[in-house]
Amino acid sequence: MVMTEARFIEKQALPSWLASMRKHRRVLVPQRREGLTLFRPLDPGQDLDLDGLSSEPPKAALLPRDEALFAFRYRRNGDKPPRWGVELIETPPNEPTLVFGSRPCDACGFATTDRVYNAGTRRDTAYCARRDQTVVATLACSRPGPTCFCHRVGGGPDNEAGSDILVTEVAKGYLLEAVSSRGLDFMRESGLKDGAGLTAEAATVRRAARAAMPDGPSLLAAPEHVRAVFEDTAFWERTAAACLSCGACSYLCPTCYCFNITDEARGNEGLRLRSWDNCMSPQFTLEASGHNPRPGKAHRLRNRVSHKFAFYPSLHEGALACAGCGRCIVFCPASLDIREIVSQAMIQTANAEGEPRHD
Amino acid sequence: MPSRLEELKDGIRKALPDLDMVLAWGQGPDSLRRKPLFIVSQADIDKIVWDPCCSPNLAGYLTGLRGKKVGIVVKGCDCRSVVELIQEKLVDRAEVTIFGLHCEGTIDPAKVRATLPGDARGAFGDCRVSDGRIRFASDTSLQNLAASDAFYDKCLHCSDPNAGFCDYFIGERGTPPPVSTAPPDALERLEAMGLEERFRFWEQAMDRCVRCYACRNACPLCVCKDHCLAQSRDPHWVDQTDHPREKLMFQVIHALHTAGRCVECGECERACPMGLPVMALKRALNRQINELFDYRAGLDPEAIPPLFTFREEEDRIGEKKWS
Repeated sequence: MVMTEARFIEKQALPSWLASMRKHRRVLVPQRREGLTLFRPLDPGQDLDLDGLSSEPPKAALLPRDEALFAFRYRRNGDKPPRWGVELIETPPNEPTLVFGSRPCDACGFATTDRVYNAGTRRDTAYCARRDQTVVATLACSRPGPTCFCHRVGGGPDNEAGSDILVTEVAKGYLLEAVSSRGLDFMRESGLKDGAGLTAEAATVRRAARAAMPDGPSLLAAPEHVRAVFEDTAFWERTAAACLSCGACSYLCPTCYCFNITDEARGNEGLRLRSWDNCMSPQFTLEASGHNPRPGKAHRLRNRVSHKFAFYPSLHEGALACAGCGRCIVFCPASLDIREIVSQAMIQTANAEGEPRHD
Repeated sequence: MPSRLEELKDGIRKALPDLDMVLAWGQGPDSLRRKPLFIVSQADIDKIVWDPCCSPNLAGYLTGLRGKKVGIVVKGCDCRSVVELIQEKLVDRAEVTIFGLHCEGTIDPAKVRATLPGDARGAFGDCRVSDGRIRFASDTSLQNLAASDAFYDKCLHCSDPNAGFCDYFIGERGTPPPVSTAPPDALERLEAMGLEERFRFWEQAMDRCVRCYACRNACPLCVCKDHCLAQSRDPHWVDQTDHPREKLMFQVIHALHTAGRCVECGECERACPMGLPVMALKRALNRQINELFDYRAGLDPEAIPPLFTFREEEDRIGEKKWS
């Protein structure tokens, strides 16, 4: 629920205000780097890019590409007989952060990972430490990109899920409206002037953005259909024929959250490292015995699509694990299109209702 | 006089009954992209597209289709990939039916969108190349771009625009894309730098790398991608730390493993979601191979790549003449 308190900043004042926020926090913003828009710590020398969708989501703010869970050191404990002990040194994350300029699809990614990593008694301590110290100020979209489909997966250009503050671009600048109490506290300390007089204009802008979304059927009913094609190996072989089994889709996806844990040691010291992993890689399910339950790319694509559109929703009251940002479509070297895959599953099983299986 | 596309479709129509499938291109997710099309029925043939947006190199799929009779449509560089795979016995010549084309150059969607920021979200109509210019309609105006503003960098120094080894050549042979002026490409820029500057360049580039391995998986030669040395824990050449050191190490491994085999098809760069100039390293090594062994990959199906064989005395090295 967007709260009534609002703050406002003029367009030209934004860069210096963001720079002032760096006194107390790491400030992550979308910046131009070699033809891409990436979330990086604010650098006044680089162009801020608040126009359009960033190349990568700000996922690394909460789930870094790598992080040390702890450091370890083997130490000689005694000589008769020789004994070794191991010392574990934990450094919990402690970096207050402001993410400014995420999009509603990016924030939907945070909402997706919240359900997994901050779920009542199951709390990932590193993730939760970062989440508690991060303010997410999401910029509502004014127009859709060519592969945007957030509105078909339960989101929208001004959706608030996962955000602390919703920022709307109005004629003279940016209106900030709190979505969470963390966002409200931040706004009260931000030094920005009151923006209550602009809330009506902001609401109009957001309404226009919702109306501008392209036509397309909702995919919210996808879970039962995606589940229904699980055994249809011909469907998945056909669908995965062009797939290269790389990780471009997963690593650029705001809702993908799988990780690997490895001990990286040099001599007697090292780190237990958590790093990004992706289920499209053949090694993802390779077991110590040598058996691999997902040996082929058809198995792995089936899993990825089914996880987002069937398994995750079944565990989380129908919420899809897809934000509709379209980055997987933009960056897939083989032009796989998850909208098409899910639509095909829905069309195929809708026609096949009542039809017995022929395998 | 049928168009080249019609001639291609006809050729495939006739050959398909004797083949398990044919690889060509179909419409992709937006107006500037085409995707691999796996043709198994006559109805699939209607979906074939042939235009300057048909950049993907389909040769990489052949190694996963061993045992099947596969037709494949190739441009000049793609054809060299197929030849290299035949040379290395990774593909059985008897299982492949090659439909070759002359390529006028292929469009880099990111370059086009960067050149036309106002139309960045727009749709683009049919694309045609004439007199060295790329013409197409966008939803707001007609565009007329120079090759250097629209094509992939690799097309700007193309030496083999015609498929050199095929069963059927479709249409007329032609020349490489005319390029009047092109800004220095990544390799030229690197060569103009001192060592310190080059190292910083790769540090910054590798900072953007997300280790998706799209570059490796898109490479037609990387048949061992499922058991890649770079992802092995024993031996442990590269670790999981997200540091430019590890990521550059992988690029060096990849470049060394493809030295003299790489045909510079550009799939590695096309596949990279972060637009990294990873082919520069491979081109540099290919140049060394060419100087040492007078060899370019993928031209002669009978040739043995120089690093696959041993001669007591190489013509250009002249070991026995060393004192």
